[in-house]
Amino acid sequence: MSVVVHREVAPGGLWPRMSLGRKQVIWAWGFLAVPLVFYAVIRFWPTFQAFYLSVTDWTITKPASFVGLENYKRLLSDSLFWQVFRNTFLYLLLGTPISLLISFMVAYYLDRVRFMHSFLRALYFLPFLTTAAAMAWVWRWFYQPVPIGVINDILAGFGIPQQPFLRSTSQALPAVLAPAVWAGLGFQIIIFLAGLRAIPVTYYEAARIDGLSEGAILRKITIPLLKPTLVFLVVFSSIGFLRIFDQVYNINTNDPGGPLNSTKPLVLMIYQTAFSSYEMGYAAAQTVVLFLILLVISLAQLRLMRDR
Amino acid sequence: MTDAAFSQGLPMPRIRPGRIVAWTLLLIGGVIMVTPLLFMLSTSLKDASQVYDLRVIPEAPTLDNYIEILGDGRFTRWFLNSAIVAAIVTLSNVFFDSLVGYTLAKFRFRGRYIVFIAILSTLMIPTEMLVLPWYLMASQFGWLDSYWGIMFPGMMTAFGTFLMKQFFESVPDDFLEAARIDGLNEFTIWWKIAMPLVTPALSALAIFTFLGNWTAFFWPLIVTTSADLYTLPVGLSSFAVEQSIQWEKIMTGASIATLPTLIVFLLLQRYIVRGVMLAGLKG
Repeated sequence: MSVVVHREVAPGGLWPRMSLGRKQVIWAWGFLAVPLVFYAVIRFWPTFQAFYLSVTDWTITKPASFVGLENYKRLLSDSLFWQVFRNTFLYLLLGTPISLLISFMVAYYLDRVRFMHSFLRALYFLPFLTTAAAMAWVWRWFYQPVPIGVINDILAGFGIPQQPFLRSTSQALPAVLAPAVWAGLGFQIIIFLAGLRAIPVTYYEAARIDGLSEGAILRKITIPLLKPTLVFLVVFSSIGFLRIFDQVYNINTNDPGGPLNSTKPLVLMIYQTAFSSYEMGYAAAQTVVLFLILLVISLAQLRLMRDR
Repeated sequence: MTDAAFSQGLPMPRIRPGRIVAWTLLLIGGVIMVTPLLFMLSTSLKDASQVYDLRVIPEAPTLDNYIEILGDGRFTRWFLNSAIVAAIVTLSNVFFDSLVGYTLAKFRFRGRYIVFIAILSTLMIPTEMLVLPWYLMASQFGWLDSYWGIMFPGMMTAFGTFLMKQFFESVPDDFLEAARIDGLNEFTIWWKIAMPLVTPALSALAIFTFLGNWTAFFWPLIVTTSADLYTLPVGLSSFAVEQSIQWEKIMTGASIATLPTLIVFLLLQRYIVRGVMLAGLKG
């Protein structure tokens, strides 16, 4: 855009004699003034402060003093951290592929269905609008033993033995993951539908004239052209699963992250270190680790997008 | 009806049995998706003696749970807190994110690119990392346990700014230039000329911001300590802990937290789905 410079002849005063270009610069910085203060105070300053706190021994009771990399050394030798690290990546490595596979399959077929299309779409989308903290309680109730637990009740109907779910160290993590996957599907389906719709119909027509089978069209046209959508959703849902908290905290309030820390993700560890043990410095070091993990994933995304 | 609907505008006009199977499977999957919500609602309409009867349609539906829970006043308070917080944060984002997005898209000035990169770079910083400094800041300035304390971190977002910048870039410069020649000032040009041209994006931003703040749990849990200032999710969580195993009460609370967003969606489905698509594709 080129700014048209035309001078207005006006008597006296600085503003009327200014060129339109100069006025625009002043307007621009005027518009940005409040937001820039906000970003400086609420985003940038706290970011530096988080790095600084991570090398101090700050607790609620005593002022912060510099301890170097002590918190990071402690973290690396903390067996709870490695358990939590493993859990966090389990959420990611189970949650992302499972949810993307289901949502792609639903979107692929939903895209071809015209009859009651928006009704079907609504059924899948509704869980996305729910409050995770509230839904964790619904699922918690589902996982209860008979006679109150819905899932065990259904299993009993089929003669399948009772499952401990949230009480078992091996079943609890998938049981906590399920509501997170469930709530996220609707969003992923909508994004996949948008991606599918953006593929020109002519491609499909040409492929069909060439006699390609449905499977071949899916592999050679649909999936390659959906790559940007796919990359976006992989990153978006990965970040979501790495930051899982609301569900885990609410589904087991007696012992959040339990049993025996088997469902505890990194964000819950950060919360407990900071607001139950009040070891703010140590918690800050954990947030820096979370930042580094997310940074690596974002950079991997940029890499994938460039290879497109 | 079915045949006519199937043959219209479909990439492949042939009707095959496979299509009907796919439709049926989609319906079954969709019903499974809403099952937790149906159970939540149905249990909220049962009294304590019927809770163990797991039928979806309650034998003797009753609103007693709602009357009791809403009557005790706490839920109305939490509901109001959430509504106020989400509404103010949404208005702030709609105003400031679009103002900044517009400035970055439509003004040429030195430093524009640096400002853009600086704001964009904040997307890399997870909220969890800022929570401890925010908590420190809130306790120093006395913002703990206040509406402002809950709201201040989200008053502007880089995501919203980026989204709005993308949309303002597609607004033709000629429109703005014409208004400039008519002697309108830059603020009026933005507010009266440019903003109405990006209403789909504004509604997408508003929907996302409101939903995000309505369901937010982590920061409100940290920053509020007195029950009077809890938002609905935090209040519900503390309420459910205290109810222990009275599932019909917990499900009533969960329904109160969830129903408003579901009803709004059912009323505005088309706009919301379009908004999510817009935000997902451009964001």
